[in-house]
Amino acid sequence: MTTEAGSETEVKEKAEESAAQPDQSETAKPESQEVANVEGGEKEKGKEKEKEGKEGKGITRYLPTWFKKQKSQTSPTKEVPATEEPVSKGVEGEEEPAPEVNGHAEEVEEKEEVKSEEVKEATQPESDSNASADTEPAKEEKVEDATAKSPEKTKDTAVGEGAEEEKKKEPEGHVEAETDGGESQTSIFQSPLRLVRKNKMKVVVCHVTLLEGTDFTCEVEQKRAKGQYLFFKVCEHLNLLEKDYFGLTYKDNHDEKCWLDPTKEIKRQIRSNNWQFAFGVKFYPPDPSQLTEDITRYLLCLQLREDVASGRLPCSFVTHALLGSYTLQAELGDHEPDQPRPLDFISQLTFAPNQNKEMEEKILELHKSHRGMTPAQADLQFLENAKKLSMYGVDLHHAKDSEGVDIMLGVCANGLLVYKDRLRINRFAWPKILKISYKRNNFYIKIRPGETEQFESTVGFKLQNHRSAKRLWKVCVENHSFFRLNAPEPPTKARFLTLGSKFRYSGRTQAQTRLASSLIDRPAPSFERTSSKRISRSLDGAPVISITEAGSETAENGRDHRLELHSDSKAEEVDLSPADVEAIPSQQQSPGRAEPALSQDLDKTQDEVLKHQASISQLKRSFMEAPPPSPPQPNQWEKRLTSSPATIRVQQHQVVSVPQTEAASADNASSETKEPAKTTEVEIEETVVIQEVSRAPKPGVVTVTADPTAAPPAEHEPQDQKVKVEEEAALAEVEEVSPVKPEKASSDSESEEEAEYHPNVPASISQSQIPEEKEEEEQMKEEEEEQQQASAPVVPSLPAEVSQPAEETSQEEEEEESKKEEMEVEEKKDDQEEKESGRETEDSTDDPMVTPEEAPEGLMVPEESAEAGPTEDLEQPKMNGEASLVEVDPRPQVICCSEPPVVKTEMVTISDTFAAQKTEIATKEVPIVHTETKTITYEAAQLDGNSDGEPGVLMTAQTITSESLCTTTTTHITKTLKGGLSETRIEKRIVITGDCDIDHDQALAQAIKEAKEQHPDMSVTRVVVHKETELAEEED
Amino acid sequence: MAGLMAGFGHYTHAVVRGIPASLAKEALRTSQAEVDLTRARTEHEAYVEVLRTRLGLGVVELPADESLPDCVFVEDAAVVCGETALITRPGAESRRRETEVMKEALKDLNLNIVEMTDENATLDGGDVLFTGREFFVGLSKRTNQRGAEILADAFKDYAVSTVPVLEGLHLKSFCSMGGPGLIIIGSSEPAQKALKIMQQMSDHRYDKLTVPDDIAANCVYMNLPNKGHVLLHCTAEEFPESVKVFEKLKDHMLIPVSNMEKVKVDGALTCCSVLISKNPNI
Repeated sequence: MTTEAGSETEVKEKAEESAAQPDQSETAKPESQEVANVEGGEKEKGKEKEKEGKEGKGITRYLPTWFKKQKSQTSPTKEVPATEEPVSKGVEGEEEPAPEVNGHAEEVEEKEEVKSEEVKEATQPESDSNASADTEPAKEEKVEDATAKSPEKTKDTAVGEGAEEEKKKEPEGHVEAETDGGESQTSIFQSPLRLVRKNKMKVVVCHVTLLEGTDFTCEVEQKRAKGQYLFFKVCEHLNLLEKDYFGLTYKDNHDEKCWLDPTKEIKRQIRSNNWQFAFGVKFYPPDPSQLTEDITRYLLCLQLREDVASGRLPCSFVTHALLGSYTLQAELGDHEPDQPRPLDFISQLTFAPNQNKEMEEKILELHKSHRGMTPAQADLQFLENAKKLSMYGVDLHHAKDSEGVDIMLGVCANGLLVYKDRLRINRFAWPKILKISYKRNNFYIKIRPGETEQFESTVGFKLQNHRSAKRLWKVCVENHSFFRLNAPEPPTKARFLTLGSKFRYSGRTQAQTRLASSLIDRPAPSFERTSSKRISRSLDGAPVISITEAGSETAENGRDHRLELHSDSKAEEVDLSPADVEAIPSQQQSPGRAEPALSQDLDKTQDEVLKHQASISQLKRSFMEAPPPSPPQPNQWEKRLTSSPATIRVQQHQVVSVPQTEAASADNASSETKEPAKTTEVEIEETVVIQEVSRAPKPGVVTVTADPTAAPPAEHEPQDQKVKVEEEAALAEVEEVSPVKPEKASSDSESEEEAEYHPNVPASISQSQIPEEKEEEEQMKEEEEEQQQASAPVVPSLPAEVSQPAEETSQEEEEEESKKEEMEVEEKKDDQEEKESGRETEDSTDDPMVTPEEAPEGLMVPEESAEAGPTEDLEQPKMNGEASLVEVDPRPQVICCSEPPVVKTEMVTISDTFAAQKTEIATKEVPIVHTETKTITYEAAQLDGNSDGEPGVLMTAQTITSESLCTTTTTHITKTLKGGLSETRIEKRIVITGDCDIDHDQALAQAIKEAKEQHPDMSVTRVVVHKETELAEEED
Repeated sequence: MAGLMAGFGHYTHAVVRGIPASLAKEALRTSQAEVDLTRARTEHEAYVEVLRTRLGLGVVELPADESLPDCVFVEDAAVVCGETALITRPGAESRRRETEVMKEALKDLNLNIVEMTDENATLDGGDVLFTGREFFVGLSKRTNQRGAEILADAFKDYAVSTVPVLEGLHLKSFCSMGGPGLIIIGSSEPAQKALKIMQQMSDHRYDKLTVPDDIAANCVYMNLPNKGHVLLHCTAEEFPESVKVFEKLKDHMLIPVSNMEKVKVDGALTCCSVLISKNPNI
């Protein structure tokens, strides 16, 4: 880490020189830094770093706006020394989110702080709009998302800074931290931060209500301070090391308690100017006796006493009395027979919501029996009894079941509980849950089929509103991650087109925190058990402690040593690799539930977002304006919206023309025209797919051989989920008789955005994450899908999403490649099932600049270029899957309408990436992340401009979604009656997501082949391929 | 040290009630069997004697009430857990008054009495399975959701899960506890289905002991000082195959108790007593 400092300066310079690189590096660094901070626990360093980081940000400001944009868009690639690989991988995975944040931060930085804020807000809404295009609930999300996004950005930067500092200070620091990314990244980051600070640093005082009821005040930098900073300050004040079980809450505008996301800027989360927080237990340890330190148990006791006294944790009379007696023993010691009127004293304390004299007498009586018990023992006994309570650690959420009956959903360590009134009416253990998702105000869980069941089932619940659905979803994600995973799942990198939140639990898991706390070797800290706030006024005047940042630094130092525990031995580190990652997360422990962040939005630059939004709104409008025939369409829309929430959605639009009608191309055209309307549908879903698979322990490094082709990357990939390839097979429209209509081209332009988190992909990730233990891998997938069918203009918007790559910070500094390809195949009567072709390592940026072939990234480029050409070209590329291709190609009809627009966001050309990997960027150059988005449209040459033709009467429409591991296929079939001719149109949308290389051509060929086979009487009228790729390069 | 949920089966007292002559003719039953009142009383006396003499429980024997033909089945009138006693509201109209005497008896034992006053609620104690860690309440002809809710309210420490009882009179008509974490379950399909539901609903793991006869799955388990695990179960005369299963429980003191007459009016072993744990620790 020490080296990093030097590097930082260097990096800064570099950054100035080449903006793009710096960006990438920045993103990577922050993450790594964070990790370092956590691990090292060097508080001091973190503080210093933060300062630096701020300065660094300042630098970014100066960069041209376009630079900034690029940065944001670009996905971070980290340079990681080979040695670091295992650990680094783990780290990166966690870090991933940070890069995104960085990007955001940069955006903000671009504009003055004030302006930046405004801008952010503006952007947020925009992004939101994209997601929500259709429904109100979506709007809600948007708002939240927007807020969340901004905070994340700022936080990330801050975190990153801190991490950097730590790294520097601690040479010992984990290899991970030390790794390349840190240096370059840090420099970049730091500079901006520094500048900010120097220029102006507005400080605001945060008030944190502690569990004892006292108030802790802490000054934080108003604009930039992240939740993590404040949380650390509080933990420092409390002298708490096992802090992963805790978090900070605030009240949102609706007066609902929300967890402060440590990775996001505080200001962005609280939304009001009310800097009031509360410290509390976020994850209730199922077995408190396994906590390492008494102080941790003490704090847990304080929380539980409040829970019990407030009635949140219901218990019987006897239990109230028993718990109260332990409280007395812990706080007062042995019962003093001489004490005058003890009952009067006790009655001043609150033990239960319905406390009465009888209970107090019982408490007193029991207290006497505890004679000789130390406070620590009394606390332990308290916890041993409290933990058995059925509602211990259950976080309740109001909901309605499918029949509208009021129920409560309880999230806990073991899973999801369903209550009706006080009765438990169902229970879904985590291992039984395959996927968690929410859509609008609906919350869904997909249940693993039982022994006797053949099919997985999906259970849906209605929440009060979108916000509460999202909050519940987040809580589930966090609880599942914390209690079931060995290491947190890295944020979803892969999703490019996602509108939903990428939210993942970023903190340490219970396994990690246990491991970390087992290394705590400090002497038991002495602390005073002040009577909790339950006690009457006499104690209210508890001292308020205010710590300024400066002061905090010293405190941090103290902690640092402790935190270092993680890094003590290398061997440990190895084991911890996940743990290391954890370290970072620990800081982030409490991701704000309240504010959902839309990953996509974050990634996207404002401009992109705006464009995207605009396109969406257009679509929306067009949809709304759709002619009468459209009425059915709305239904479709609704269907989609409501459709299989649990399942990853793929929307397929299939236009099938009745064989007879085939002759009439016009009809077809009409049908096509309708499609756009369909496309307008925007769905936002967030889904978490959980796969728990028992695996045998794997050696430190997990190698996933997903694709032979991408051997080197493959390694990284497993570790990092970051490398994902999402390919969407766009629609191939096949019209047998009727030529493809020009309009279709427009339809092609319509891009549907879907963010899907496929279990399969994640699986690889999961492996990487949890190499050590056989334990289940859980793949949490979020699916946020927006289906947007936008006209050609829309396409550009999609690329914007590409920016997401930034999110993915590969745990390893490896290259991250995320590719998303959307291939839309519209077939008439032909269904194409999934196909993907995409292996691109292209960096697509939202930026207007399109360099058709920059994507030099490895294999991908050539293929793509080929694709750009006419359909024939397509075939060629298909070489891989030649046979399949041949079939499709034969048809001359297919015309490549548009040159595949390649949008490059990054100034830096990726061409290096591949080389870089192999050659390795010797020193530590800033990691480069490339994302490319390409859209290729092939249309039948014969197509007429008929599309304009009158829309026929929609007779039927249905959408079918199927998904496999890496692929999601949505088939949309519409039958329209026009001029006596009926046309069946089949639109298939295939989204392929993969970590590794995907042979796009082959996939496309396969898709077309299948389509033809399925619908021999139909013709493919259009094929749109949209590829998004994130490419991160690794250093050798 | 006393603690929550400690000492499952550590009973100190039992409340039982005599058999009224009206039982033979008027007691509710799902079959048309003829009850031999004398034999029934003999059986019951033997049952009480086991509790009192062999197991050393403090037995509170309530007098029979001729106007309450089913009053011998005291289990349905109250649910006792820890120091709290929930006086139920039996699902059968004719049995409602059985709770009056029971309430007084439990009061005399210094239990905290909770009454089920809601007229929409019904609950038979036979539908309540307490495992030591949680409750399962069968939703049956005799017990409804509201009754279960009130039970949950009375025993706040514990999770209360509902289990549909599709066949049989009560939840405990085909299952009971055979030890801490051990559920004795009948082999019928409804029984096995109910078990699956219970397992799914629970955060805890339970072992199961499957017996061929559903009725035989109703046993009385106790964990008594100096005696360890005690299981009162059916006799070989009644259910030879099931008894063979019980005999595999090597750690249990097995006490076969005849129940041939009472079973004719749907009375099982657990039905005939309310077991109470007066825990000196708390």
